[in-house]
Amino acid sequence: MYGLIWRMLPGGTAVKLCGTLILIGVTAALLWYVVFPWAEPRIPLDRVTVGS
Amino acid sequence: MRAVLRTFGELSITLGLVMLMFCAYLLWGTSAYTERHQELLQRQFAQDAATVPGDGKLDSIELGRALALIRIPRLGAEYKYAIVEGIDSEHLRQGPGHYPGTALPGEIGNFVLSGHRTTYSAPFNRIGELQRGDEVIIDAREARYTYRVTSSKIVYPTQVDVIEPVPERPGKRPKEALLTLSTCHPEYSARQRLIVYGVLDGTQERRT
Repeated sequence: MYGLIWRMLPGGTAVKLCGTLILIGVTAALLWYVVFPWAEPRIPLDRVTVGS
Repeated sequence: MRAVLRTFGELSITLGLVMLMFCAYLLWGTSAYTERHQELLQRQFAQDAATVPGDGKLDSIELGRALALIRIPRLGAEYKYAIVEGIDSEHLRQGPGHYPGTALPGEIGNFVLSGHRTTYSAPFNRIGELQRGDEVIIDAREARYTYRVTSSKIVYPTQVDVIEPVPERPGKRPKEALLTLSTCHPEYSARQRLIVYGVLDGTQERRT
């Protein structure tokens, strides 16, 4: 999987490295700001009220 | 076969990293959210307290608005959170929440608050350390109410009578102004609830 991504990235080693870092950054931001805030209320980790 | 195994391995490592990151998010990402909202709520409360006419006492308060400030000296001199009206997840993300319909600060009946224990700044993380006689100070618009801790216990989430006007005595008429704090127990679990009870000990009117 990672080999395939590496081969699909354009340019030489340096450019590929830049592309990799950008991809990691975008993925991390997407997880942190979109996926995690969505998932957190659905995981009963810290329920504090009684009843519901 | 080899390619399949390799992809499986890579996916597993990725999933592990994502889960680690999710833990980091729960501990720090959620706190950043609460801190941001606490700043707004505390500013809103200061404005409200300064502008509310008459004795400042309200019959009810809008969901999502700052109701009062809570201070617990046992948990540190800087321990201060704005209490938000409402106990839905959107409210509790911003700070300790007041059960709508339960008594207001200082009122006869049960003033019930819930707060997160491990995420979202974890305002009630250490309420298990409170001992009998410890002060819980509620700064409302009109007065400062000092409650004293009377007891604490662990219950199952189905035991809803802890929020009754007289806790655990449904239907009984309240004679005292009581306080109930609730949070999850054990930490990082939804299995039980930690409950701390208190009783009003003093009222200091705010004269401006």
